[in-house]
Amino acid sequence: MKIIKILVIPAIAAVIFFGMQRLLEPKYMSGIYEGRLISEYYGEAISHDVIFLGDCEVYENISPITLWKNYGISSYIRGGPQQLIWQSYYLLEDTLRYEKPSVVVFSVLSMQYNKPQKEGYNRLNIDGMPLTDYKMESAKASAMKDESLLSYVFPLLRYHDRWKELCADDFQYYFSEKKVSVSGFMMRCDVKPVDVIPDGKKLPDYQFGKNSYKYLDMLTKLCKDKGIRLILIKTPSIYPYWYKQWNDQMADYADKTDLTYINCLDLASEIGIDYYTDTYDAGLHLNVYGAEKMGYYLGNILADSVPDRRDNPKYASVWNEKVQVYNWLKATQEREVKEFSKIKTFTY
Amino acid sequence: MYFTSANFLLFFLCTFVGYYTVFRRVQWQFLLMASLVFYAFSGWSNLIYICVTICSTWFAGRQMTRLRIGQEQYLAGIPELSKKGRNTYKAVIKAKLKKWLVLCLLFNLAILAVVKYISFVISSINPLLSVINAQQITSINILLPLGISFYTFQALSYIIDVYRGLESESSLFKFGLFVSFFPQLIQGPISRFDDLKETLYSQHKFDSEEFQAGLARVMWGFFKKLIVADRLITAVMALSDPNGGYGGVYVILNAFFYAITLYADFTGGIDITLGTARMLGVAVKENFSRPFYSVSIADYWRQWHITMGTWFKDYLFYPISASRPMLRLFKWSQKSFGGGFGKRISVYTSTMILWFVTGLWHGAEWHFIVWGLVNGIVIIISKELSPLYARFHKRFRIGDTNGYKAFQIFRTFWLMSFIRIFDVYGSVRLTIKMYLSVIFNFDWTRFITNGPSDLGLDIADYALIAIAVIVMVIAGFTHNNRHMEFTNVKPILRTVLIASMVFAVIIFGIYGFGYDSRQFIYNQF
Repeated sequence: MKIIKILVIPAIAAVIFFGMQRLLEPKYMSGIYEGRLISEYYGEAISHDVIFLGDCEVYENISPITLWKNYGISSYIRGGPQQLIWQSYYLLEDTLRYEKPSVVVFSVLSMQYNKPQKEGYNRLNIDGMPLTDYKMESAKASAMKDESLLSYVFPLLRYHDRWKELCADDFQYYFSEKKVSVSGFMMRCDVKPVDVIPDGKKLPDYQFGKNSYKYLDMLTKLCKDKGIRLILIKTPSIYPYWYKQWNDQMADYADKTDLTYINCLDLASEIGIDYYTDTYDAGLHLNVYGAEKMGYYLGNILADSVPDRRDNPKYASVWNEKVQVYNWLKATQEREVKEFSKIKTFTY
Repeated sequence: MYFTSANFLLFFLCTFVGYYTVFRRVQWQFLLMASLVFYAFSGWSNLIYICVTICSTWFAGRQMTRLRIGQEQYLAGIPELSKKGRNTYKAVIKAKLKKWLVLCLLFNLAILAVVKYISFVISSINPLLSVINAQQITSINILLPLGISFYTFQALSYIIDVYRGLESESSLFKFGLFVSFFPQLIQGPISRFDDLKETLYSQHKFDSEEFQAGLARVMWGFFKKLIVADRLITAVMALSDPNGGYGGVYVILNAFFYAITLYADFTGGIDITLGTARMLGVAVKENFSRPFYSVSIADYWRQWHITMGTWFKDYLFYPISASRPMLRLFKWSQKSFGGGFGKRISVYTSTMILWFVTGLWHGAEWHFIVWGLVNGIVIIISKELSPLYARFHKRFRIGDTNGYKAFQIFRTFWLMSFIRIFDVYGSVRLTIKMYLSVIFNFDWTRFITNGPSDLGLDIADYALIAIAVIVMVIAGFTHNNRHMEFTNVKPILRTVLIASMVFAVIIFGIYGFGYDSRQFIYNQF
């Protein structure tokens, strides 16, 4: 009887605790969909030859479907909003537990952040990871003052005060959420042209910080140790401003470490980016049309390093499904833009 | 390390496991070590202050016991000594005892005065110096050691008790534990050595009943602190902002909110203290009864911060009342004003001294002193009006009705709430301005338009506070605080109740990122 009591009471308490935790965790099924990006990766049925790491400059600016359809490249974007370089690093470590890609493409925009920025963004990039050393290391590296690491283990300790904000989504998606991305790509079919290209604000110091370089070194070493080709990329978003001094530092770094560095801003016309039609927010992010152009461009570069998997039935089956979803989502969004002048569907 | 911090929970877990793992004969040593580690978290330099208090008080106590033993041995060795000779010898020893007492009191009060009051004294003197064009005194900023008022008073109660005949503790380390026992170090209660020594130094075997009772008490404390106090303090802070324009009706709201906040904060902290101590097998005295059910201010002070009240009564009020100057005043006032009011003048004088010191103890600022004096004045006025009340009750015979009792409770609650807002506004001038705004600028318009919605809390917060307050009111129906330890309910129900409180605190508590780990309000004293 005593043993039953000892086992049953904690079991009931655990069920209630985790039940409450699940209820109070944000579902990201409206408003901020990006919170789902990191966790969606863990449901993938196939491996990927190319992994993209970085912030919105990867998950909105590059279409993996274009890479697949035109080059047979199986890729996944492990991006998150304002993903910091150490978060990218630990995400790659975590990814390597599941698969070994041939190429990793890292968006260098995050080099500008030498220290943790915002707790909210940390959450969007780390919460979705399974509980591993990498997740905790990422949380430790990202934590703001007063942030508790324990709350990354038990998110209830962070989201407990959402009891006031509980809405239908929290109950509707209690057991499973819809998907928000296709292979980590978040689609936007609306268009808002670039109207002005301002000069960058003068900075007191253009030198990337030591911490950023530390993690870039770690990323480089990890890829070299694992035999992965690392490509540094700056995608063609106009904002945030990419300074010449920053560009030079990345070019120097790539030279010294024998890496490929591609500044797509300089190659925008070669890629075919039209800033009147290929961005949905006046140059901050590309829309699906710009992302597809980026896909074509990168496919040419990547095709030499990775195999064409289109003849592999396992890959073909999974990717064909993705293509269907992609096409449906694109058609739906295009219709919504036409009918309502705004996008209503982000999930499927 | 605040009680509500993750660090404290971790610290307590380690202490708890260590305490019941080490050999029982060294449990108290382990507790002393843990207490000093706990205190060291507030700053290594603070350890010096508390160690000086421990060593000086213990040494003085030992000297006094040595004198007393010497006296006994001397008198036992010379049985033929005349009564006069014995009395003369005793008087000499008593003078020496007094010397040690005064020395110890002065030494420790001097430490307290320097670290807590020197800035206040300088800032109070400087305006006077500027009037006579004298050179200003440079202010000194000394970081106030955590809980210094509490542990100093606890040590002083010990040395006074030793002077009065209590046997002093022979072990410096045991005495060190009495002064530094971590659960009560930050905000009391101010325990007496006689009450604590038995339970503190004895060996404790883990007792599941005691553990659950203690845990329930701790969770009840967290419930009050994290769900009510730390939520409502947001509104109190908004209302107390001198630039917020919250006068008139909002002053009444502030008085009400602060009454609830302070009660939930302070009693919550004491519940955590008592609960953690109980989990370690140590029974610490209760510090509250049910103050918001008091029928008068005197009654209120018998139920609020009980150990502080009794400390001041036993070690300040009675000695002052029986002192030579006060007896002289008694004789003079009786002669000058007659046997009625004249008799009471000396008592009232002692009362005002008591409340002046009580105010000063709470903080080195004028608003605390005024707050203390106002308490004293109201108590004296109600004492003076008591014959009038008696005549009224005799004539209308409503004194024993529930309705009248409810009126008394209501009156005391609001009177105390209005006196307490000296603490909220933190300035005598601002408090008076706010009092006046209630009379002359009782502006409803803003309140009717916005209600309390622009105070940083939303409707869900207010609803939650209301529910929690109802729970607190129900819990306060009985004088026995221990019913919140659920010792008289079936084990399964107790488990459910404790678990419910744990979940309530986890979900509805104010903590985590963005929460500025607000201190317990009474920590600062």
